[in-house]
Amino acid sequence: MTSIRDSLAKASGCSGRSLWGAAGGISLDDLLCGTALGGGAAQLTGRSVLVATRDQFTAALALIELDGSARRLIVCPPDISPEHLPAIIATAGVDAIVSDHDHDDRLAVALRVRCSPQVTPAKSVPRDRCATEWLLLTSGTTGAPKMVAHNFASLTAPIGGSPRQEGDVVWGTFYDIRRYGGLQIFFRALLGRGSFVLCGAGEPIGDFLVRLGSHGATHVSGTPSHWRRALMSPHARAIAPRYVRLSGEIADQGILNALSTFYPQARVGHAFASTEAGVGFEVNDGLEGFPTSLVGAPGDVHIRVHDGSLRLRSARNAVGYLGEEHPALTDDDGFVDTGDMVERRGDRYYFLGRRSGVINVGGLKVYPEEVEAAINRHPAVRMSMVRPRRSPITGALVIADVVLKRESDPGTAGCPLVEYRQEILRICHDRLAAHKVPATIRFVPALEMAAAGKLARHA
Amino acid sequence: MSIRSTVISEVEQIAAENKKGLAPLTDQLVLLDSGLDSLAIAILVARLEETLGVDPFSESDDVSYPVTLGDFIRSYERSYENAAKHHDVDSRQPG
Repeated sequence: MTSIRDSLAKASGCSGRSLWGAAGGISLDDLLCGTALGGGAAQLTGRSVLVATRDQFTAALALIELDGSARRLIVCPPDISPEHLPAIIATAGVDAIVSDHDHDDRLAVALRVRCSPQVTPAKSVPRDRCATEWLLLTSGTTGAPKMVAHNFASLTAPIGGSPRQEGDVVWGTFYDIRRYGGLQIFFRALLGRGSFVLCGAGEPIGDFLVRLGSHGATHVSGTPSHWRRALMSPHARAIAPRYVRLSGEIADQGILNALSTFYPQARVGHAFASTEAGVGFEVNDGLEGFPTSLVGAPGDVHIRVHDGSLRLRSARNAVGYLGEEHPALTDDDGFVDTGDMVERRGDRYYFLGRRSGVINVGGLKVYPEEVEAAINRHPAVRMSMVRPRRSPITGALVIADVVLKRESDPGTAGCPLVEYRQEILRICHDRLAAHKVPATIRFVPALEMAAAGKLARHA
Repeated sequence: MSIRSTVISEVEQIAAENKKGLAPLTDQLVLLDSGLDSLAIAILVARLEETLGVDPFSESDDVSYPVTLGDFIRSYERSYENAAKHHDVDSRQPG
């Protein structure tokens, strides 16, 4: 059993290594013998702790300090909707909240501890060490997040297999560490031998690129959409990374080529990972998709393609879902079905999208049903179908086909389509996050129905 | 309408829908500083494909991402001209 703190303490000296946020940095040495939790750290020992901070820098400090001491860490992503918190607190038995601001005091949690962006010397580090359970949140079909359980072993399993890390590494990521992709980089940076630069809440990409450059970032990770946005910034040349890593969305050949051209000194690789399955594999040949030779090959991760979807079995898999309403995480053979559909062309597999129809807009999930429900509120709409559309900027976008009621047809009602379109968009803007609002709306005479009377959705 | 004015009018339309203010739309304006975020720029590219019939950023695997509004407009002018040469789109200016 080990923890982040134990690993840092065992590492051959943390001197010169730092964790950098938008407002400043903290040396790992200070972090090891200090606390960001005031006098609250000891009280949190053995508890189920919800970490709900505004800034990921304070979240990072709390996670480092509490791993190995809290019984459970529930990691709240930045965009968590407050309406879901009571259910999360009940299901995960939360008995303490760590936050960097005055958190909603209507929540029924006894202990609240403030996390500061500064560390003060600690009198003693809690000694009752335990294997902390980590709960990560992913959005579910009903909009309520699913809680996926991991532990130190499953979260760090992908790192053991990597070649020995170089010494002068400075990691940076466009991700938020409170999601699986970002958390992976957090562990890589801390368990490796370098420093780590975190993006500030709402920090413009140009400012972050300049800051990454000033800290000499050598290894930088983000989604394809993050990277496209970086390349559209006049500050893209502020960094000169040795390693560029993409994950979290399908990496197409366009972004891989653009990055190789723009950063000729860098190794450009893309990785497949999901919160449930963990890191599946890394592809470093500069091409989109992955070689068929990975499937069925011996190694740390067993890869299968069954019924068109990618399945993974490894020590990196999550332990399971928390809560009884969820199906088992793995099949009878221990494989996690990622729900990512792939197609074989020649000696390579290519990603097609999600089986469930979930649309990934710049790394954020959209359930089509949720958007359709908003569109269908318009009194002239009979039905609608929301689908993905490829985007060279955000990977995918949401678009909608809409069938009007007969009496609302422009020919009958005299209301021009352009007005309906504006009204529908207004309803969507009022009810949905921006990435869920359809980019385009097309009026169609009918929608294709599948046998069961459901809309025919195509991956 | 010229390509330029088609692009500008879509930019203004999307800014209005998202209730976002726009910086003065000069050629030197950095797109990400225009008031449109990357999602809005993605929507702009999708709408322009419907209006102009071209998407200069998906045409090949070797694209360069636009930094300024001037870069962005020139990408469309170039793609539109190429497409017209190959009769992929109507060679007249869009209406």
